[in-house]
Amino acid sequence: MSLNQEGVGRIARLARIELSADESVATQDQLNDILGFIARLQAVNTTGIEPMAHAVDVVQRLRPDCITETDRRADFQAIAPEVDGGLYLVPKVIE
Amino acid sequence: MINASLKELSAALAQRKISAVELATLFLNRIERLNPALNAFITTDREKTLAQAQRSDDARKVGAGDTVAFQSKAPLSGIPLAHKDIFCTQGWRTTCGSKMLANFVSPYDAHVVERMATAGMVTLGKLNMDEFAMGSSNETSFFGAVKNPWDVSRVPGGSSGGSAAAIAARLAPAATGTDTGGSIRQPAALCGLTGIKPTYGVVSRYGMIAFASSLDQAGPMAKSAEDCALLLTAMAGFDTRDSTSLERPAEDYSRDLNQPLTGLKIGLPKEFFGDGMDADVRSAVEAALDEYRKLGATTVEVSLPNSALSVPAYYVIAPAEASSNLSRFDGVRYGYRAPEYTDLADMYAKTRAQGFGAEVKRRILIGTYVLSHGYYDAYYLQAQKIRRLIAADFSAAFEQCDVIMGPTSPSVAFAFGAKNADPVQMYLSDIYTISTNLAGLPGMSLPCGFGNNNMPVGLQIIGHWFDEAKMLNTAHQYQQVTDWHSRMPEGLA
Amino acid sequence: MSATKWEVVIGLETHTQLKTQSKIFSGSSVAFGASPNVQSSAVDIALPGVLPVLNREAVVCAIKFGLAVGATIAPRSIFARKNYFYPDLPKGYQISQFEIPVVQGGGLAIRVGEVEKYVHLTRAHLEEDAGKSLHEDFQGKTGIDLNRAGTPLLEIVSEPDMRSSAEAVAYAKALHALVQWIGICDGNMQEGSFRCDANVSVRPVGQKEFGTRREIKNLNSFRFMQQAIDFEVQWQINEIEEGRAIQQATVLFNSDTGETRAMRSKEDAHDYRYFPDPDLLPLEITPAWIAEVKASLPELPEAMKARFESDYGLSAYDAATLSASREMANYFEETLTAAGRENAKLCANWVMGEVAGRLNKDGMEISAGHAVPLAPTLLAGIIRRITDNTLSNKMAREVFDALWVGEEKDADAVIAARGLTQVTDSGAIESVIDEVLATNAKSVEEFHAGKDKAFNSLVGQVMKATKGKADPQQVNDLLRKKLAT
Repeated sequence: MSLNQEGVGRIARLARIELSADESVATQDQLNDILGFIARLQAVNTTGIEPMAHAVDVVQRLRPDCITETDRRADFQAIAPEVDGGLYLVPKVIE
Repeated sequence: MINASLKELSAALAQRKISAVELATLFLNRIERLNPALNAFITTDREKTLAQAQRSDDARKVGAGDTVAFQSKAPLSGIPLAHKDIFCTQGWRTTCGSKMLANFVSPYDAHVVERMATAGMVTLGKLNMDEFAMGSSNETSFFGAVKNPWDVSRVPGGSSGGSAAAIAARLAPAATGTDTGGSIRQPAALCGLTGIKPTYGVVSRYGMIAFASSLDQAGPMAKSAEDCALLLTAMAGFDTRDSTSLERPAEDYSRDLNQPLTGLKIGLPKEFFGDGMDADVRSAVEAALDEYRKLGATTVEVSLPNSALSVPAYYVIAPAEASSNLSRFDGVRYGYRAPEYTDLADMYAKTRAQGFGAEVKRRILIGTYVLSHGYYDAYYLQAQKIRRLIAADFSAAFEQCDVIMGPTSPSVAFAFGAKNADPVQMYLSDIYTISTNLAGLPGMSLPCGFGNNNMPVGLQIIGHWFDEAKMLNTAHQYQQVTDWHSRMPEGLA
Repeated sequence: MSATKWEVVIGLETHTQLKTQSKIFSGSSVAFGASPNVQSSAVDIALPGVLPVLNREAVVCAIKFGLAVGATIAPRSIFARKNYFYPDLPKGYQISQFEIPVVQGGGLAIRVGEVEKYVHLTRAHLEEDAGKSLHEDFQGKTGIDLNRAGTPLLEIVSEPDMRSSAEAVAYAKALHALVQWIGICDGNMQEGSFRCDANVSVRPVGQKEFGTRREIKNLNSFRFMQQAIDFEVQWQINEIEEGRAIQQATVLFNSDTGETRAMRSKEDAHDYRYFPDPDLLPLEITPAWIAEVKASLPELPEAMKARFESDYGLSAYDAATLSASREMANYFEETLTAAGRENAKLCANWVMGEVAGRLNKDGMEISAGHAVPLAPTLLAGIIRRITDNTLSNKMAREVFDALWVGEEKDADAVIAARGLTQVTDSGAIESVIDEVLATNAKSVEEFHAGKDKAFNSLVGQVMKATKGKADPQQVNDLLRKKLAT
């Protein structure tokens, strides 16, 4: 499974990372090197093996339904790129 | 003072031989003088540091008359510490080594930062690191590479390279680090230090900027195992804000330091002693094993048959999680936003293209690919199954031994640029450390001699789940009969 | 028009906002209507380093729902990340459940008119809501409010079992009633607590395969749902009949124009890259926990309906109507308790008739928590006076109207004040009948000639003469007896 230019473009779009034409070519080679390296996983017979998503085999702890947070908007928005009237601003979203 | 152990510093503070303010000043002055050549710190703030030190001195005064009680309650109070810049520190810039967060002043403290502050430790500053902890040489930092104090033409290792260099150069007596695939142990090895990555879930990840959530774990870095034990006791503990934090009774990790090693069974995975390791590293590691036999331990060969798969499995799982974890960096609520863009999609794409460095982007793209439609089963799910095989290998090995030992890194610190062109070669730097993260096991590195070009070599100890105290005991006993851990690079006095 | 007959296929995905105090993964309040971003904590705005911790109450809500629809509650379910970029999705992924949801299967009965049908559920899963994008003009930009981000949702997914907009609406209404009944959702559609997406497709009658579906997003009223589906169905049929294939799409309903249109955002870019959230360990629900939740559940509508039929002898229709909402059912049962269960049918008629009608006329809805102006015990008082023949139905309605607006303290007081006692003395009625028969010889003649209408006219005359106070049944009987002699 190796990536062509179109594939690189598709992934970059999914990841929301702009790649120039030059970058895209270099990226293709590097990604294919890495994919080649991880391809050896395919050869392993893992039939019947349960996937391991977590490092520890415990179950989820749950939180009581309590309001513990207070309004920190001023602190949080002090570090925001663009705000107005308490809202974060972004370029116009068209649905 | 700069070579003193934490216990010695603690005693000096208790006996009023030095104040916390004086101690902090001593290190701040060293940082000012030596950091420009090493680039270990990204941020320092003398005023904040001294204010913290003053608070410690004040607290000690309040407890005056009973210095013994104060010291036993707060053995680390007044001792300086520097934080890897992956930990959110309220009021301090927290960059994660990235342009994306170059101006991010955190509005909250990480759990680890809180714990160390509660212990009375004084923050010296924020330490350089590979961008978002993705790297093994510290060359991916937006703030420039950290230099190895043993040889400034060489890398300090990564990603906690700033932590390692700072301690090795005695710019800080201790530091925090994080380890996703070896990021505490490998730089500790390359800079001649001791560092421990605890069992996954022992230290809260709250406030630690996520790289690969199922692998990330914080831990202390210092000169010795004894120091690390004190630091880990302060750092570890249950935190309700991290769902993966384990609800266990608090531990004193220093409790077993002085236990003799008689009868200790050391497992030596044959896969760790193959061709991959450089000869200088091999001889230092083997000499260390001889030392352990002298201390009463026995060695037994064990096998971790799937360990060759750990690096490829890791380079599926870690980038997959990272690709998702780093999606929040979108230029909307904090952090970098591209100055020019045409619309929302363009703002995202440019912000992330400009805000992330090459290695981070590479891993995001790989992670995106392995999770994408049609590839998930072949890559991600398969890697997770292999992860279980790797964890099972360790369980089987621990039936035959108490701890596992081997090299931390296949080579001593390499020169800048040596592995930059080939990401896969760089990834293989972590060949001996990655499997413990996949299995969630604790791992540590301690200095065990010097190799080529007089560069430090690290010995790795891997323990069974929650066996940190035993590992620290194992390392401490070795450090009682060797002095590698107290050596210091020349020319940095 | 072509001759093809079309069959409509509809499945609904419903986002119900769960009735918790705090968000699903953070301790922020979920109260509606706060200033922008004041209920957006570090976790909600996805600051670097923050982590989610699951709210136990949200899980309890999911268990309640699973029990109420007879579903399987997964002993171990998994939270997954759904990855996509959108400014109101702060983490760049939504925490949801994908492969192993908490509620699996189940279903609920719906009724369209007198026809009953069972709609199967595919699943219901816990997830977090996104924030809100405000497209009003902020310097030509979109404003983002993250107060809603992280609000707990249960997404309930039905099988494509519905075959008309009426069935879809009936299902949505039944579900809406149920989630309120079991107390997991406030049902407030204006505030977005209950939102439906409808997957709509058409196929020629008899075809096995489903047609290509389009998903109508965010239907927040039953009326809009009906309109949107009807429009969409007609649009799809027209497209196909004109030779154009339906493309899978997400569409929005414009309530001003009554039309649906495809969203402009590119659907083809969606590849959500689901994977288990490494921050959240498997959710375990033990049999003991399920039992505990079960014990806390109120009697469910289906059980109540069955009980109304068997214990009170109500028809299936009456039982279903009365158990359509918990408030309605409670009102009925309180009335019944006070009036005596031998009067069940009468109570049912009054609750479904006068009470429901009057509420409707006054723009109130019992299920929306509006208090009924007439207490059940007062209604029972009226009913008792009907059964003891004090009141005719007509009189009873007069008493009802008076009590509804708060006149007098109970039925007897109204009866006394207005002199509404029914005449049941047969001697008195007989003398009125004699009078009427004497003055309406023509009607009597017609009756004997076999005209039934004439009888009714005579009854009316008697009632008129007694100013409506005679018991109509008694008048009937006495009149027939007289005419027979």
